[in-house]
Amino acid sequence: MTSEENQTNESSVDTRHGCILYVENVTVSFDGFKALNDLNLYIDDGELRCIIGPNGAGKTTMMDVITGKTRPDEGTVFFGQSMDLTQMTEYEIAHAGIGRKFQKPTVFKNHTVYENLELALHADKDIWTSLLKRLNADQKVMIEGALETIGLVEQKNIRAGLLAHGQTQWLEIGMLLVQDPRLLLIDEPVAGMTHQETEQTAELLSSLAGKHSVVVVEHEMDFIRSIANRVTVLHEGRVLAEGSMEDVQNDPKVVEVYLGS
Amino acid sequence: MIKQILELHSFRGWFLTFGLLFAAIFLLPVLNIFISEESFFHIPDYMFPLLGKYLCYAIVALAVDLIWGYTGILSLGHGVFFSIGGYAMGMYLMRSIGDEGVYKSDLPDFMVFLDWKELPWYWYGFDFFSFTLLVIFLLPGVFAFIFGYFAFRSRIKGVYFAIITQAMTYALMLLFFRNNTGFGGNNGLTDFKRILGYSLQDPSTKMGLFVITVLVLFLSYVLSRYIVKSKLGRVLTAIRDVENRVMFSGYNTLNYKLFIWTVSAFLCGLAGALYVPQVGIINPSEMQPANSIEMAIWVAVGGRGTLVGALLGAGLVNVAKSWFTVAAPDYWLYFLGFLFIVVTLFLPKGFIGIFDRFTPRNNNRDVTND
Repeated sequence: MTSEENQTNESSVDTRHGCILYVENVTVSFDGFKALNDLNLYIDDGELRCIIGPNGAGKTTMMDVITGKTRPDEGTVFFGQSMDLTQMTEYEIAHAGIGRKFQKPTVFKNHTVYENLELALHADKDIWTSLLKRLNADQKVMIEGALETIGLVEQKNIRAGLLAHGQTQWLEIGMLLVQDPRLLLIDEPVAGMTHQETEQTAELLSSLAGKHSVVVVEHEMDFIRSIANRVTVLHEGRVLAEGSMEDVQNDPKVVEVYLGS
Repeated sequence: MIKQILELHSFRGWFLTFGLLFAAIFLLPVLNIFISEESFFHIPDYMFPLLGKYLCYAIVALAVDLIWGYTGILSLGHGVFFSIGGYAMGMYLMRSIGDEGVYKSDLPDFMVFLDWKELPWYWYGFDFFSFTLLVIFLLPGVFAFIFGYFAFRSRIKGVYFAIITQAMTYALMLLFFRNNTGFGGNNGLTDFKRILGYSLQDPSTKMGLFVITVLVLFLSYVLSRYIVKSKLGRVLTAIRDVENRVMFSGYNTLNYKLFIWTVSAFLCGLAGALYVPQVGIINPSEMQPANSIEMAIWVAVGGRGTLVGALLGAGLVNVAKSWFTVAAPDYWLYFLGFLFIVVTLFLPKGFIGIFDRFTPRNNNRDVTND
């Protein structure tokens, strides 16, 4: 019953104007160094957006700001029309429907694959529910479904610390899936993956768009080409260029700072 | 609920648990009463308070393991919660002495000695056992909750948290050392006569206290097991391993840490309250920083993150301590330090880890219970 309340809570992300995330005039500085410098970024509902940029362009800082880990010095970040993310804590933001995959794969290594998914699963996450309730049938079905999607059915009772690197990346994506967020932020999903794994990941992410909005930060150009219709290039904490992969690649400014190097 | 509790152990596990419970509650008293004193199997009277003391330490070890072993928050101040429970019980026992103290006054002896004319207000209520129980059940937890709220809200972690818990126990020790704080100064509370009208010198009272301690330990164990086997327990270990991930998964980790911290303090307070009537004294030295550190060592020696390990550690270290303090008192601290180094270097999982080594645990442990 309470999970229904949560459901309504999440669908209350107001996307009437077609946009799910508004990052406006955001500046973050660390000891005088501006990691983000008057950044403006808009993500449409259901869009799959790739963000590229050289090291230090502010990609990870941007994710930190959206998920509440870092507070901006200036600017506003809105989730839908009405949720001011700069006033919310990490767990509130997660609960509101933003999921994040870290650059370095971060799973619970001492828990089994199944338990990892159980912990991430969209459900009431207060203490008493965690203490007293067990997984119900629907939730088990959801977890089993996610195990199928990420191809770890056979590994479900293995400790996550024993998984191969690519499998760990997939597990973390699976954890995001069962968290059922409206917006997924994915930091370098294919780092260290084999060619085949990269292709599978591209397919998976493409299939998520539409139902979820997905923002992917990645260095791997072939990967971006295979999934993105819109690309944003960050440079020195602000947006340098935005458009289709083709437009961006032919943009002389981009060529200069990034692709040309 | 009952089904969930039954699932906490395999049949073998429950069999063992209840076997131990039965042995402690029935077998030991029978060996004490019905076996002649010359027999090898006779359990002498003095064993009950001694074993009772170890069991109190075992409850403490469970408490420390919940917060440190499972949640990764090292507390070096659990002596405080133990002492709060202990002092509450001590105050009741002081009031039960009545006018049979040295000075034949209605006030506790130390107050007469300090020339106090009436009972301080915070001693009111300790004439009643029910009030005392209420304090024992609530005060350690409430105190921990307030302390923990501010510490965890400020995101104090790791070694910094350990240090402020040390400071907390040290500060309270100094406070209790003062005569005019009203808890007997450095002598503490002692010379107890009776509890609920039963003489504390009476062997049957000692046995009764022992049996109650066994039962409280058993219930504490079941509660701890229930917690660590629930999803909440998995969230706690997840917080220990990567707290960020837990937050980004939508959990308010502050509440989780506060919950287990409070439960841990609660168990510790119970242990203190049971300890005092069996040992016969409570004084501020229980709040020495070294005491709280020793509690963490029990858990490290037995094995962090397993409840049985914590129990084992409390038992091993304290039996060794009892032996050493008689046979070679000067060497006890050296031995303790040595033990701690050996465990840290060679047995990172504690003594319980040795068993794991010989019986390699299957990684495919079944967690879904289907």
